[in-house]
Amino acid sequence: MNKRQLSKYFPIFVLPAFAAFCVGFVYPFLHGIYLSFCNFRTTGDAKWVGLSNYIQAFTDRGFLYSFVFTVAFTLVSVVLINVLAFTVAYVLTSGIRGANIFRTVFFMPNLIGGVILGYIWQIIFDGILKNYATNIKLDSTLGFWGLVILLCWQQIGYMMIIYISGLNSIPDQLYEAAKVDGATKWQTLRKVTLPMMMPSITICTFLTLTNSFKLFDQNLALTAGEPGMQIGGETIYRTEMMALNIYNTFYQNLNSRGVGQAKAAIFFLLVAAIGLVQLYLTRRKEVEQ
Amino acid sequence: MLKKISTLLFALCMLCLLLASCGKKADMPSVYYLNFKPEQDEEWKELAAEYTEKTGIPVTVVTAASGNYEQTLTSEMDKKDAPTLFQVNGPVGLANWKDYCYNLEGSAILDELVSDTFTLKDDGKIYGVAYVIETYGIIYNKTLLNAYFNSDFSSVKSIEQLNNFAALKTVAEEIQAHKDALGVNGAFTSAGMDSSSDWRFKTHLANMPIYYEFKDRGITNTDAIEGKYLDNYREIWELYINNSTVSPTSLASKTATDAETEFKTGKAVFYQNGTWAYDSLKKDNGVGLSDGEFGMLPIYIGVAGEENQGLCTGSENYWCVNAKASEEDINATLDFLYWVVTSEEGTDELADDMGFVTPFKQAKTADNPLVRIADEYIANGKTSVSWNFSVIPSENWKNGVGTALTQYAAGTASWDSVVSAFVNGWKNEYAAANK
Repeated sequence: MNKRQLSKYFPIFVLPAFAAFCVGFVYPFLHGIYLSFCNFRTTGDAKWVGLSNYIQAFTDRGFLYSFVFTVAFTLVSVVLINVLAFTVAYVLTSGIRGANIFRTVFFMPNLIGGVILGYIWQIIFDGILKNYATNIKLDSTLGFWGLVILLCWQQIGYMMIIYISGLNSIPDQLYEAAKVDGATKWQTLRKVTLPMMMPSITICTFLTLTNSFKLFDQNLALTAGEPGMQIGGETIYRTEMMALNIYNTFYQNLNSRGVGQAKAAIFFLLVAAIGLVQLYLTRRKEVEQ
Repeated sequence: MLKKISTLLFALCMLCLLLASCGKKADMPSVYYLNFKPEQDEEWKELAAEYTEKTGIPVTVVTAASGNYEQTLTSEMDKKDAPTLFQVNGPVGLANWKDYCYNLEGSAILDELVSDTFTLKDDGKIYGVAYVIETYGIIYNKTLLNAYFNSDFSSVKSIEQLNNFAALKTVAEEIQAHKDALGVNGAFTSAGMDSSSDWRFKTHLANMPIYYEFKDRGITNTDAIEGKYLDNYREIWELYINNSTVSPTSLASKTATDAETEFKTGKAVFYQNGTWAYDSLKKDNGVGLSDGEFGMLPIYIGVAGEENQGLCTGSENYWCVNAKASEEDINATLDFLYWVVTSEEGTDELADDMGFVTPFKQAKTADNPLVRIADEYIANGKTSVSWNFSVIPSENWKNGVGTALTQYAAGTASWDSVVSAFVNGWKNEYAAANK
């Protein structure tokens, strides 16, 4: 098939995927944006209310609190996951025995769904915390670190695989040249390995950043936002991340669906902005191979 | 050549499959019931199958996961084949779904109701029919409680003396102090605050202070609750958590199954729950209570004159028919309902297998000892406590009270936060829901 024929059939080949994309993404997305300006019960009948949902979203203390909590959580887990995943990958590619078994073992947590992981870890944490007369749902600091441990445990294996393939793709000549020049191990790591690894780092930070920011299942199953804090009749859930806050807002009361939808629209903009900024920053550091 | 043919055949098969799945289903009225009660899921499915066999009308029964009815209903209502029969939990639930509720006036099922009070009305229209009358209180294990009465350390000697909060407190504390002698782990089952169990306290127990306040003020709903009986609420909550099978700090993640198992295996004497729990507590494979071992006490919270207080009886289960369904489906649904409450099979299933007390003329007596106990209280002239929690302004209110209770139990927050969630929370939530 020559190029002209290919371009002639191009629309036919693209059509199914494009149709699916429209039905599965473009339409719900646009409809969702529209609903964020409405008061509605089911998506079928909505009443236009203008910006009031957005005003309520921005003045909701629980939402602002969940933003702060999410940012803190994201910072900690992105750093931890990437440092640990890189370290594990580095060790496993340095030729130790049984590297393949370790790789499999480290990757396995990733195959378990978030909700199940959350409940399993809740049992583990509670089993330990029982001895200290407390519970993961009672202390927001414990809840925070519980979530961090859970996400690390789940994601390190996945990021490790990406880092391993990155490490394996660095040409041996570079290391040999560094050795000839008398570079120490630390210097080799900093001046050769890391710059060559930037594409992997870009991908991994992007994935961990967005995954942590959008964390939902694990949050729901592990702490469900508990403990709550009372401020004048308003309950602020202290381990509630943004996605869970949006979900909970949706079912709060009869008028809250639109507010939840507005929060979701704000959330989308935030995640997109953060992701793009991060991509821009790490891309700049990538070097030509 | 063979390869080509087989490819072609495969492609044809796929096409057929595609077309078949797009094909319109037969134009036949159908019923789709979105069931609220997971405990009775199987029974409803049986009943549906029986009806389909008899009439040929397909009846689908889907049960929402515990605590997820609103979520499931919302997403199902958005679909083309929305539920034709669903339920709301009272006035607040009705406000949410009024546009979807068919006006039942003139339908045959209304004539089957024993009293007009079992309908859910608004603006003079009838939107819902209560289909099960339920009762809750403090279920107790007679064998264990009698062992306590007969022991030498008990200061309360009979169930007749156990008719107010002070007596209940004495009993609970003495059982707790001598739990090893009685072979139990505690007086009360764990007051678990996991979402499978927390409704027993943030909703059902919270009904007590709401009931007494409404009674004092002579109202049935309010935009601002005063919390006059919150001290009583605290007393009963403290009694539950301090005389329990587990320590108060571990309640946060205890589930409904935990409490159920403790009661079933005789590790606790008291268990706050209702008539619907009979099915899961009765003797099954040698574990559980025999019918004669069931007893139920009113929830005493220390209000003057509570010796005459009965159990909490009411309904938060109203059938509504989807007004946006097609005419045929609405009629099919009404026919199905009529059949359920009048036919031999339907009334049998409701009373015997589901263990429901239903407010319908043809209803059979339920084979449920907890229901019989509830009837005895009424026969003895005790005043039933009405279910006022159906006017709780929102789910959010319940969650706020729930988390405050959990933390008060664990000692990480003061009682003030419960009061704040209860009183201020009510005001906020009422305002937010009634804009």
